[in-house]
Amino acid sequence: MTDTALSTASAAHAPCPRRPAPRVWALAMGWIVRREALRFLGQRARLVSALVRPLVWLLVFAAGFRAALGLSITPPYQTYITYETYILPGLCAMILLFNGMQSSLGLVLDRETGTMRLLLTAPLPRWWLLTSKLVASTLISVLQVYAFLGIAAALGHADPGWGWLLALPTLFLSGLMLGALGLALSSTVRQLENFAGVMNFVIFPMFFLSSALYPLWKMAEASALLRDICAANPFTHAVEAIRFALHGQANWPAMGWVALAGAVFLGLALAGFEAGRGRRRAR
Amino acid sequence: MSGLAIEGVSHDHGARRALDAVSLRVAPGQFCALLGPNGAGKSTLFSLLTGLAALQAGRIEIAGHDIARRPRAALTRLGVVFQQAALDPELPVMANLRYAAALHGIGGREAGRRIDAALARVSMAERARERVRDLNGGHRRRAEIARALLHRPSVLLLDEPTVGLDAASRAAITAHVHDLAGQGGLTVLWATHLADEVAPGDQVAVMHRGHILACAVARDIAPEGDLAARFLAMTAEPA
Repeated sequence: MTDTALSTASAAHAPCPRRPAPRVWALAMGWIVRREALRFLGQRARLVSALVRPLVWLLVFAAGFRAALGLSITPPYQTYITYETYILPGLCAMILLFNGMQSSLGLVLDRETGTMRLLLTAPLPRWWLLTSKLVASTLISVLQVYAFLGIAAALGHADPGWGWLLALPTLFLSGLMLGALGLALSSTVRQLENFAGVMNFVIFPMFFLSSALYPLWKMAEASALLRDICAANPFTHAVEAIRFALHGQANWPAMGWVALAGAVFLGLALAGFEAGRGRRRAR
Repeated sequence: MSGLAIEGVSHDHGARRALDAVSLRVAPGQFCALLGPNGAGKSTLFSLLTGLAALQAGRIEIAGHDIARRPRAALTRLGVVFQQAALDPELPVMANLRYAAALHGIGGREAGRRIDAALARVSMAERARERVRDLNGGHRRRAEIARALLHRPSVLLLDEPTVGLDAASRAAITAHVHDLAGQGGLTVLWATHLADEVAPGDQVAVMHRGHILACAVARDIAPEGDLAARFLAMTAEPA
């Protein structure tokens, strides 16, 4: 250390000037989001790998599956559509699902790292800090959805329109709900600590038991029970909310279901995370 | 009192007792070394001091604020240098420090001013634009200390801050933090298992198996001057 450095070592350790709480909270959330964005922009491989999965589904799976699945006219579409058009909203939701789960699990697994410790020792409510992290990872996921939509449009599988803009709140809400689910799962179920377990027990069932790949009436032809499970799956409602939004319409019941599920998952996640600190013993 | 007060803190990890009725007081402006071997309970105590783990029994006050009852007030007065790196290696030092400042409600020009001052304090003003990944271990630690001082805490906790550093960097950082306490008036709790980081006039709390074995000025614990030998003798495991 230099003499100059040491001479300034006695800088006063007065507390920070008091700002109104909402400004402090907003400043913290703003920087949590900004940091996540800066990290993401520095990791181009992450963007590429996030886009490969849905593109394989769109370009390979859909091409093979379109012949096997006959689609009748299904709301919100008013005409016959290609299978690629049908699964596009489901693939958008798939990006949110995988990213939400991955980042939430990472958040919990990173609990012992210095970066998480820094976050959790900030003098702000823990629920706000964790919600800010969820918001940050959701915004990154939504950016990836738009990158995917852009590529799909360039390949002739999607038509850009006002619906893409209208879909923004729906995508954000769905991303938050799925991220909160990941957080709730990983903070309460210790066995799900590795991503493979989550893939098998959460992501795949959630994705396949939904309207992402086939409409519910098609599932009902196979099994009424499976159709009912699909109908109760919050991911189905996220897919349908996104489908209607991309088509320029609001599916309020689906959005309400997503918002409700998101609130429940977030509550469970925050409770689970708080429980992880341990409990004060009765004295 | 201000400074740091730990009273009767006990903590269990399942059936294992990690801390047993630990009490310690560090006066304002004092440097206290928490000296203990691996597994002594230092990290558990730090988790409780920082609110990362909930207190099970006992009481902790940071600058007069009870960590259990007024955690946010306590954390506002607390700076922490974690054993693990808290800076994002992919981001420049400046972005990391702006983020840390924002978590304490400091933004805009005020953040810029404080970051400049904090980096100058650790002789790193010219490295603000460099990525953390490109810094050597000593500079990373200095940046961590600058980060912990941004919100002008009155109590600074450092959890084995010299792990992995070469001898010169260790000496520089140890001396600097001693100066922060001596000249700057900071209350410092420095967890370590290295007795040579303790100055003869420092307060030392020797910790072993969840207990504080001794708490006094270093030269009183080891009057003959060899604190390392005395520490080894106090914490020796039976054969």
